[in-house]
Amino acid sequence: MLKQTEGSQAVAEAIALCRPEVICAYPITPQTHIVEKLGQMVKGGELEHCEFVNVESEFAALSVAIGACATGARAYTATASQGLLFMAEAVYNASGLGLPIVMTIGNRAIGAPINIWNDQQDSMSMRDAGWIQLYAETNQEAVDLHIQAFKLAEELSVPVMVCMDEFILTHAVERVDVPDQTDVDVFLPPFSPRQILDPQQPVTIGAMVGPEAFTEVRYLAHYRQMQALWMIPELAEEFEEQFGRASGGLIHPYRTEGARTLVVALGSVNGTIKDVVDELRDEELAIGSVSICSFRPFPMKALKLALQDCRRVVVIEKSLAVGIGGIVSTDVRMALAGLDIPVYTVVAGLGGRAITRASLREVFDKATKNALQRLTFLDLKHDVIHREIERLESTRLSGPIAENILRELGVVADHIG
Amino acid sequence: MFQARIHGRGGQGVVSAAEMLSVAAFIEGRHSQAFPSFGSERMGAPVMAFCRIDDKEIRLREPVMKPDALIIQDPTLLHQVNLFQGLVERGCVVVNSSRDLADLGLGDFRRENPQVNVVTVPATELALQHVGRPLPNAALLGGFSALSGLIKLESIEAAIRKKFPAKVAEANISAARAAAESVKESGAVPC
Repeated sequence: MLKQTEGSQAVAEAIALCRPEVICAYPITPQTHIVEKLGQMVKGGELEHCEFVNVESEFAALSVAIGACATGARAYTATASQGLLFMAEAVYNASGLGLPIVMTIGNRAIGAPINIWNDQQDSMSMRDAGWIQLYAETNQEAVDLHIQAFKLAEELSVPVMVCMDEFILTHAVERVDVPDQTDVDVFLPPFSPRQILDPQQPVTIGAMVGPEAFTEVRYLAHYRQMQALWMIPELAEEFEEQFGRASGGLIHPYRTEGARTLVVALGSVNGTIKDVVDELRDEELAIGSVSICSFRPFPMKALKLALQDCRRVVVIEKSLAVGIGGIVSTDVRMALAGLDIPVYTVVAGLGGRAITRASLREVFDKATKNALQRLTFLDLKHDVIHREIERLESTRLSGPIAENILRELGVVADHIG
Repeated sequence: MFQARIHGRGGQGVVSAAEMLSVAAFIEGRHSQAFPSFGSERMGAPVMAFCRIDDKEIRLREPVMKPDALIIQDPTLLHQVNLFQGLVERGCVVVNSSRDLADLGLGDFRRENPQVNVVTVPATELALQHVGRPLPNAALLGGFSALSGLIKLESIEAAIRKKFPAKVAEANISAARAAAESVKESGAVPC
């Protein structure tokens, strides 16, 4: 049903359509709206045969999901930011044990300094934890990816994170087509687990594995993610047949034909990028974009195919690997290994800084003139940085950097964007 | 694409106003996108929310930098926040106040921006009268509908009905109608 609704509400409805049997969550912005709505649906009887477990922390939330999933229940949780870090050990356990849990990440910055706004540092910190990571471009795609995620997770017995940008998507009210239960039931069969903890037929899950077998277990985790590289596009096709719209898949190329410059990004910023691509195409600039939907597994081949004919690649990424630069762009460079195509890293939108069309135009313009640095921080306040560096160099007891910069900037209540 | 920015204070229903406006546009078959500008909000702190309306899918995710319309829910923000930042030359502005523009210190703004269509609507008073609480958001949407001519009052009413329980919705609808009436009576020319 087509409706105008908040991203979080739509995702909660999508989760309910997937008939989860156990939901457990600990509240953290921006995930609260999703799990509150699910809690109401369970309590109100709208979501049947489902237990909503209140837990005392994120660590417990995912641990409950692990336990539930190991007994053969379809399990769901959601978190963000420090919440994801707090469950880190369980994140590795869920994938290491091969338990197909689905978890929403409302992408948010990681402190310190404390920050409640959007970037993608949180899910990036778990990119190598063995979970499949899918990034939604719109709220419609967030809804659709969750439905695909349960099927993908359960087919492969691998957990899936569906990542959606905090506030920009979770709190945006826009048009979403929430599928019918009958269609979802056709697409997503009941959970048929590979392993079940059952007192009638006792097995051990999570035994100690020594050097004799650890590599093999790990190899198979990698093998299953490699299987996802063909299963993700297949599921997207199947989804389109059932629901009549394209959602998901490994990557989404946009106006890449004949493009000399290609922009790569994950998540909601792709919308703004597409608008800028249209503006620049109108001005006869050969530019296009590629949105990465599946970041883990990383679609090395698909990306190479999409990018190999351009002259340069600009990666807009909402995270930073301190000490090296880009995270996404490092992987993109690997996909293009052996080709003479420069990959520029643009770190943007950290801690909620708006990524505007004007700033993107400026960066793309520089890139086409080969004037862009290999690592750029979008809209960095250079004057502020210089003053703080001067302070650091002139005074031993220079004080806390974050607070110094806040003092420098003053109160910014009148700031828009 | 039409872009609106709503300014107010935490607790005044700024985010709900943007949402209702987007729902009204959706009811008219248009694409719309409403989203808040988040900060560490608390009761009384300056808050803003955005709404975009278009006939095609809205992909843009930046804040509204160049609004076609401003809805100002709290006139005490006029001299505290740079509310008019980026407003287009022929923009339309609805200010919640029972005072006139000169009284609000907007005389100069009026003279310097003759193309901007500004009206004041006593939305808090109307809300108190019809709803019994000083929540001006629904009334201002009624005023905005009359001034902008962009969204029908019936669509605003339908959006209010979707947002609130029946009794509260009807009270807010009365306030919205009264506000629309007051804009028409003021002789303001629709944008």
